[in-house]
Amino acid sequence: MIVIGALVAICAALVWRRDGIDGVLNILTHDLWLFGEIIPRVLAGCLLGAFIAEILPHEKVSRSLGPKSGLKGLLIGTAFGAILPGGPFTAYPVAAALLTVGADFGATIAMVVSWTLIGYGRAVAWELPILGTDFTLWRIAISLPIPVLAGWLGRIVFVRIYPKGEPS
Amino acid sequence: MTASALIIDITLWGSVAILGFMAWQRGRVVLVSSVREGSMDFLNIVPRIALGVVGSGYIAAVIPPEVITGWLGPDSGWLGVLTAVIAGAATPGGPVVGFSIGAVALKVGGGTPQVIAYVVAWALFAFQRMILWEIPFMPARFVWFRAAVSVPFPFLAAAIAMVIGKP
Repeated sequence: MIVIGALVAICAALVWRRDGIDGVLNILTHDLWLFGEIIPRVLAGCLLGAFIAEILPHEKVSRSLGPKSGLKGLLIGTAFGAILPGGPFTAYPVAAALLTVGADFGATIAMVVSWTLIGYGRAVAWELPILGTDFTLWRIAISLPIPVLAGWLGRIVFVRIYPKGEPS
Repeated sequence: MTASALIIDITLWGSVAILGFMAWQRGRVVLVSSVREGSMDFLNIVPRIALGVVGSGYIAAVIPPEVITGWLGPDSGWLGVLTAVIAGAATPGGPVVGFSIGAVALKVGGGTPQVIAYVVAWALFAFQRMILWEIPFMPARFVWFRAAVSVPFPFLAAAIAMVIGKP
């Protein structure tokens, strides 16, 4: 967060030097507007995450998405990421909730990567109209194995880095 | 408000209502405690989202999209894939910007494997989404870990695209 804050300060200073105070204020008002639009969705996402953490039975999640869930866990994570509705304001709180109720890094990586790469929301709303059906379908077909592979690679690296499990 | 935003909000709050109802069926205590938990998460995240939203606007203003399109020129081969991956990660703005740059690159003669690598890298690493959404919500260790193990995959996608060609 400090790094990001510093980066933002530098960029704001560059904008100020290039466009003057008007440029800085323009971006600020635009972004505050955007912030106002996003905020209710963030609240919804946080509530979703909290409900999921409360409702899902922990033993069941750690059995089907935990470190020992194997390929099946990665496939479940991938399928879940692909069908999850909403945008980043749902995907990340839900992924964080899965981590707290016993999913491992591998299955959660599969879910997040699947959401960004093969989730239908963005593909239907933006990619199809802009890049065309052929390209989009082809791109998604090529991307299909990636969430499982990323989760699998994640598991391999995870046990190398944290042989005794994740430090708290 | 556009129709798609309305649909998003309806499905979103609909899911909240359904899951809230399921929590309420487990008992009032469960509902109250999860609402409190969710609200606390929300309060913790708001300042970070604020920094992300305002901040990424300034970062995006410093990186104009034309720069990115330039990186995606008709330069083919693995060097082109590498620049495409870096360009994907550095692309500011939302999905419209990312996909439009991909479309422009295709039009001006960018190779398809390079554009595939660009779109995949953008989906995996777009800095604005990571700063604005992933880092505030997820444990930092998870985010870096996820990003690190994702590095090979835009290259893999480009390799598959090169091998099988465009149908």
